[in-house]
Amino acid sequence: MITYALRRLLTGVVLAVLVTFITFLLLSTSFHDMISTLLGPDVTPDAVARREHELGYDRPVLVQYGEWLVHAVRGDLGTSLFTTLPVGPSVLSHIVVTMSIVFPALLIAVIVSVVLGVWAASRSGAADRVAQGISLVGHVVPALLTAIVLVVVFAVELKMFPATGYVQFADNPYGWLRSITLPVVALVIAGMASMTAQIRGSMIEELGKDYVRTLRTAGVPTRSIVLKHALRNAASPALTVMSLEFIQLFSYSVIIENVFALPGFGSFAFSSAQTIDVPVIMGVTLVSVILVVVVNLLADIANGYLNPKARTH
Amino acid sequence: MSITVIPDPADQTSSTVPRRSVLRHLLKDPQAIVTAILLIVLFSAGLLSPLIAPHNPNAANLDAINAGVGTPGYPLGGDESGRDILSRLLYSIETSLISALIGASVALAIGLTAGLVGGYFSSTVRNSVEWVSSLIMTFPGLITLIVLLPLTGGDYRWTMLILGVLLAPGTYRIVRNLVLGVKKELYIDAARVSGLRDFRILSRHVLFSVRGPVIVNTAFLMGAAVAAQSGLAFLGVGAKDVPSFGLMISSGFNNIYAAPLQFVWPCICLGLITGSLVLFGNSLRDAFSGPRPKRPKPVHGLRVADGAAPEQTPTSSISAHAPVLAVEDLRVSFPGTKGLREVVKGVGLTVAEGEVVGLVGESGSGKTQTAFAILGVLAPEALVTRGSVRLEGRELVGLADSKLAALRGRVVSYIPQEPMSNLDPSFTVGSQLTERVRHCLRVSRREARQTVLDLLARVEIADPQRVFDSYPHQISGGMAQRVLIAGAIASRPRLLIADEPTTALDVTVQAEILDLLRDLQKEYGMAILLVTHNFGVVADICDRIAVMRSGEIVETGTTREVFRAPAHAYTRQLLDAILEDDDSPAPSAPADRLVEVAR
Repeated sequence: MITYALRRLLTGVVLAVLVTFITFLLLSTSFHDMISTLLGPDVTPDAVARREHELGYDRPVLVQYGEWLVHAVRGDLGTSLFTTLPVGPSVLSHIVVTMSIVFPALLIAVIVSVVLGVWAASRSGAADRVAQGISLVGHVVPALLTAIVLVVVFAVELKMFPATGYVQFADNPYGWLRSITLPVVALVIAGMASMTAQIRGSMIEELGKDYVRTLRTAGVPTRSIVLKHALRNAASPALTVMSLEFIQLFSYSVIIENVFALPGFGSFAFSSAQTIDVPVIMGVTLVSVILVVVVNLLADIANGYLNPKARTH
Repeated sequence: MSITVIPDPADQTSSTVPRRSVLRHLLKDPQAIVTAILLIVLFSAGLLSPLIAPHNPNAANLDAINAGVGTPGYPLGGDESGRDILSRLLYSIETSLISALIGASVALAIGLTAGLVGGYFSSTVRNSVEWVSSLIMTFPGLITLIVLLPLTGGDYRWTMLILGVLLAPGTYRIVRNLVLGVKKELYIDAARVSGLRDFRILSRHVLFSVRGPVIVNTAFLMGAAVAAQSGLAFLGVGAKDVPSFGLMISSGFNNIYAAPLQFVWPCICLGLITGSLVLFGNSLRDAFSGPRPKRPKPVHGLRVADGAAPEQTPTSSISAHAPVLAVEDLRVSFPGTKGLREVVKGVGLTVAEGEVVGLVGESGSGKTQTAFAILGVLAPEALVTRGSVRLEGRELVGLADSKLAALRGRVVSYIPQEPMSNLDPSFTVGSQLTERVRHCLRVSRREARQTVLDLLARVEIADPQRVFDSYPHQISGGMAQRVLIAGAIASRPRLLIADEPTTALDVTVQAEILDLLRDLQKEYGMAILLVTHNFGVVADICDRIAVMRSGEIVETGTTREVFRAPAHAYTRQLLDAILEDDDSPAPSAPADRLVEVAR
């Protein structure tokens, strides 16, 4: 199990390094534009070249990336070229806001989809139609629209929740909860669609398998067959979908937090991309990739725990 | 906004429906017709926007600022800069259409190629393609599109191109799984043997058979691209002079108190487009997979047709000399395309105490369905239309599942044909058996554990502790069958139903398992109903035989009688088949034993 986890971790690290390298490589075509933006419109090409040299952006890309990576491994993400603030803390302060809606939403979406999916698979009939209908809403309506409808109905019309703004948890836990409720609901609706379909599908498959019939002939109660045996076997494909779902919720949240004017990761990433602030862009990329890799790793480990075959392979 | 298109498990079904019937199916589906018309109308309006839009989408007119609906020249009013909302909507549809086309075609081009290559060629190629796919899937979705803004220069078409790359792994997985399935088909082998080149096989045969799910996937990819483009535009990513739903929603939303209707129009349009694409994709999927049978309600216990259940005998009348099992006129039907199809047609059968009865017949003769009906574990769609099943005199047909469950595993037990698939792969052998034992014997966990270890030793497993701690995939088929036998005899049942208990095993193991069953039968004095197609097995162990054909019992008798003088032509046929050409070897020299029995 430990070797299995370590191997998955190593793969994750390699993938993360590759993703940041490719991003850096793609961005390197814009280094020149970045210096021009930095120095303003009325500057000679000479001055741009000189500054580029001073900042080291004229060196080979591989050397520059290597230097960035070495610093990044030590926890130093550099400073913003435009605000001269250190990149690490500012990236973290924004990712915290975004993750405070993504993780609760992921957790709720997983719970809701498991309940709905299992219910639909083991009951069929009306229960199945209800679950499929609910999951269809998330497929058909883009998250942006869900979020806007929620704001208009619950915040603007009914005034049950604040329409916009973020309250720090440390300042006011209740205010924090109110400020994240609608964004989380919007994310859950968007996020549970695929997961419910997946869990329903794999539960139906599992419940049709031979071992389920054999358990029934042994007098094992239906409750244990569905919730213990079939669900555990259905969990493996569901976990894969869940780790893909994280990227999806992360993507949705970038848009949704803008609807609710939360000072999140999306607008922060956008402003750094607009000014071509390479150190900040790289910080944004690194933190996002690490999150993706960590969630995938957790899903892999959970899968190894639940699925004895995955461990030994 | 959707970055990863998660393949629906239903996508994996390869299409077997001919093209014309797909079209006919679509024309009969109101959802397909409505969404297709909506998409055609919206997209043509978008394409024609330069001709039909009343204004330039970016032309601002001070008089039209926040103009209401129905203002002359501005049917849907003007926005906060005085631009015509209708014209902007039309041009936004065009933007969406271009986004959808770029995103979907890039994803398809990459995903389809990678899927064909990765599914068809050797495992080295497959692994490298797989690696690149996981690399792409590690990119953090929309964040990637945002941080690469310097590269795209804010042109949404470049952004959609990158999005296409990010969407490609989803398409790749669908195609690869389909190709892996198709590759096993015989006609592909035939094409290869007949000397066709890989490229030709891929482009002619493989591509053709994966087309259905790929077309379906295209609809979803287009929806994902439209949603992503509008989401990014809503954020402000991209040029401000390209009309887009996202931009319109954003400005209308900021203006919600001054002009509450402005954000509604682009929302409706966006919702209609993405919704229609997804729903049309669903209709396409249904059309390609053919008419899907209605999923039956999972019923636990026997589903009995109205009025078919015999009257319950009062408990007092149960006689001590009743046979362990008495089946009378049992009829089981499955819903087919043309009404009910009867697979068990009035079977009658008795098994006396301690007796071993063979239920013999070729595959498809209904013998397994008869066994499942006795156990009350028929498939959910099956229907018992008539008959009676009495276990120790108690009627099972019409009994609630909770009462059936109390009998199952205690009074009657079951050994399946295929040992591996009948063990839950996620739990150790020990924990599965312990659960069964705790259920039928109602003992503590510790006692159950000891019982299981004793049982494993009783079924002649050399190292019970090791098997106890093993997962099913770590033990052999013969071992797994012993484990299942151990589970079945845990409660010392009165009746054991064994469905082809040796068929899936090696010849040498078959004999050992039969010997074990015979020993256990003698030791416990239990009755066995042995379902098999193998007369050798029957000769080896059975006291009596019931021969089954097309859902009916055609002959019954003691094993000796039937072997010596088979009355029915079908029985003779079956016997001749074994004696002449012994392709299904029975354990311990069947021919000799047959002769011996026949004497």
